[in-house]
Amino acid sequence: MTAALRLKLENIVKEYPGCRANDGIDLTVGAGEIHALLGENGAGKSTLMKVIYGVVQPDEGRMIWNGHPVTVDSPARAREMGIGMVFQHFSLFETLTVAENIALGLPADEARDRRKLDQRIREVSGRYGMALDPRCYVSTLSVGERQRVEIVRCLIQESTLLILDEPTSVLTPQEVTALFATLRQLSSEGCSILFISHKLEEVRSLCHNATVLRQGKVSGDCRPGEVSAADIARLMVGDDTPISTQVSAAQTGDVLLDVRNLGCKSRAPFGTSLTDVNFQLRQGEIVGIAGVAGNGQDELLKALSGEIRADWGEIELDGVRMNALSPGQRRKLGVAIVPEERLGRGAVPGMSLAENALLTASGQDLVGRGMIRFGRVRSFSREVIRRFGVRCIGEDSTAASLSGGNLQKYIIGREALQNPRMLVASHPTWGVDVGSAVAIHEALVALRDEGASILLVSEDLDELFQLCSRIGALCQGRLSPLARTAELSIEQLGEWMAGGFGSAEATHAAA
Amino acid sequence: MLLLERRPVDSSLMRWASPVLALVLTVMTGFVLFLAMGKDPVEGLTFFFITPISDLIGLAELGLKMAPLLLCAAGLTVCYRAKVWNIGAEGHFLMGALGASAVAVQLMDMSGFWVLPVVLVAGILAGMLWAAIAAGLKTHLHCNEILTTIMLNYIALNLLLYAVHGPLKDPYGFGFPQSVMFAESALLPDLIPGTRLHLGLAFGLLAAVSVWVLFARSFIGFQLNVVGQDQRAAAFAGFGARRLTWFAFLVGGATAGLAGASEVTGPIGQLVPQVSPGYGYTAIIVVFLGRMHALGIIAASALLALTFIGGEMLQIAMNMPKAVTGLFQGLLLFYLLTCDAFIHYRVRLRAPVRKPTRVAAPAATQEA
Repeated sequence: MTAALRLKLENIVKEYPGCRANDGIDLTVGAGEIHALLGENGAGKSTLMKVIYGVVQPDEGRMIWNGHPVTVDSPARAREMGIGMVFQHFSLFETLTVAENIALGLPADEARDRRKLDQRIREVSGRYGMALDPRCYVSTLSVGERQRVEIVRCLIQESTLLILDEPTSVLTPQEVTALFATLRQLSSEGCSILFISHKLEEVRSLCHNATVLRQGKVSGDCRPGEVSAADIARLMVGDDTPISTQVSAAQTGDVLLDVRNLGCKSRAPFGTSLTDVNFQLRQGEIVGIAGVAGNGQDELLKALSGEIRADWGEIELDGVRMNALSPGQRRKLGVAIVPEERLGRGAVPGMSLAENALLTASGQDLVGRGMIRFGRVRSFSREVIRRFGVRCIGEDSTAASLSGGNLQKYIIGREALQNPRMLVASHPTWGVDVGSAVAIHEALVALRDEGASILLVSEDLDELFQLCSRIGALCQGRLSPLARTAELSIEQLGEWMAGGFGSAEATHAAA
Repeated sequence: MLLLERRPVDSSLMRWASPVLALVLTVMTGFVLFLAMGKDPVEGLTFFFITPISDLIGLAELGLKMAPLLLCAAGLTVCYRAKVWNIGAEGHFLMGALGASAVAVQLMDMSGFWVLPVVLVAGILAGMLWAAIAAGLKTHLHCNEILTTIMLNYIALNLLLYAVHGPLKDPYGFGFPQSVMFAESALLPDLIPGTRLHLGLAFGLLAAVSVWVLFARSFIGFQLNVVGQDQRAAAFAGFGARRLTWFAFLVGGATAGLAGASEVTGPIGQLVPQVSPGYGYTAIIVVFLGRMHALGIIAASALLALTFIGGEMLQIAMNMPKAVTGLFQGLLLFYLLTCDAFIHYRVRLRAPVRKPTRVAAPAATQEA
């Protein structure tokens, strides 16, 4: 790329108790370069970002910024130098306005003059095609807009290196396109961008160079535009892991789940209420629900699991009305749920894997006369670990000690081994390493082939198109029609994700 | 600059070392306090901690005080494991004493093996009734149980005072606010002849063992643990928080009620206004000091029982005020809570960093 070096890292080492998170990493980012940092979960990407942004101090190594060796002892210092960071989970106050949120990160003298600041926000957001109203409350913004606030905040602080942590995971395809246009414009004006992702196609279309990490080390550098996604994936996972699943065609049977006019008021602040959701699940098929997070996915999952009761409509499983049934009763009918949050909902962090088996599998003869049958709990747990290749010390390991992918394999295995008739999985491979994702996909397809109905809620469109026979999208608590995957274009789905489906019909039903 | 830094993994050593450290700090502070009051600290501490348990009678007295503490603490352990912050053991205890006494007074002329069980069950039911009020307020009206149980404690005390000044007052008691002495058939048998130690301690130990079995073996104990550790996982699994809250409260009420009943049918033999020197409150310290574990609360109840006897000993031997018991208990809890911070955190020395010129963005440093 260009000659001027913006950032150079030499031999960065960061060791945590029991884990060498960064093991001698070298990285160079030129001025105006869009550089991808790739790697599976736990490869050391987060640690490296934290080192650059001054959140943690490296144990060894040098950081050279615009030709000068520097020590970044705090994020404030990093911002001062011109390093801006957009976290995956935004650090915005929902109860403050856009301008107030941005003012918080500025020196007092710049923050005080509100009118000037509003002007600057409009100017910067307008120039890069990210329309923003400075006086809007953040709580009213969509996820994509919130991300713009974060980016504009960095730009107003005159960042010359922008670190983006999986920025596209929360966006619709159309929003991704808009974001990429912005990033390319920034790059052409000399702003360097460090783009962290594991979506290879995006990296290939956007980034000039890529550094791939594996187990804390650089496993390779490449020009993503010039190599195939499979080659990059190889660098990420190593040679001995399969990188994708071959999915056979589904043999669908009778209707198992029938959801009619389902409506549900959200119990959470800033939650989304479900309105007039209609769909059917057949035996032996996987149906996908796309949508940007926060558009009612959580509410749909909870309404199906029984954690919240539907306010309107009907939920029937094989002719049995489930509306008034508790989660335990639904489970007895053969409903299995894999929630989005692995720790703190799908599993209790401080409890062992065996104890976590009891959370949902107590009906598998693991409890007799009110007493826990520990022998059976352990053997059930060992069976899950063995069948689903969960990497752990044993069934006594705490749930919190497992990596995200391994814990997810355990949770899916726990549900799959109970032979559910219907499985609802929410973001099953979110933040999961490639190897585990393949294993999880295989488990879902195997369940499907045994005749179970699977509802897959995901933001990963590749995953949905790969696994599902029908796909729809949730937007603001309404469900689009479900279309056969073969007949659905990604543009159409993107429109649905943004709410472009029969709104007249929906308002009619709401009235 | 001293920094408290979150440990990557909670220290299991500190979990058990913390109570010991708290005890050591309590003794050291006691030493300083004795000095400040112009008393011989070694003599004072000896009177407080050693003299009371240097003979069989003393040990029996220790067991006597342990019994109500252990019973109350066993019930509270069930509550606290589920993060139901029931502070109402004192109220359950007083209601248990009142209920048992009301029945015992009615059965003055009866003899037979059934009288004592009936009296004890009356105490248990009275304690459960009192706990049920707080449970209902919490599960149906979302009232904070800490506030309701504390307020119910005062109501229970006043009910008890009303009873000993009114309906249950001994007509031949020279106007003293107390009930008649119960009949022999309503009294708990002694465990060791010649001492005041009675069957109540066996109840306490049985309760501790039951709590151990509950949490180590039973499914409902597992559910209580899950609700306590992770509300969302409990909701996901379908463990009804409402049902478990009721269970925890009722167990807490039952054991504390039994403690109250055992106290009036044991060493006292009648209902008096001072039936509890604060057992229900002290039991809270026992539960935390005992790490919510059966063996732990047995040891902790012995230690806290000692503070009651030691305090009495200091009143007699060194002319110290009665408040010394509360003082030592308070110190112990204070140091325990302080030391417990080191289970999750460790202290680090760090050079002060240059003051950043910009205000940090919200929560940015914690994320990623």
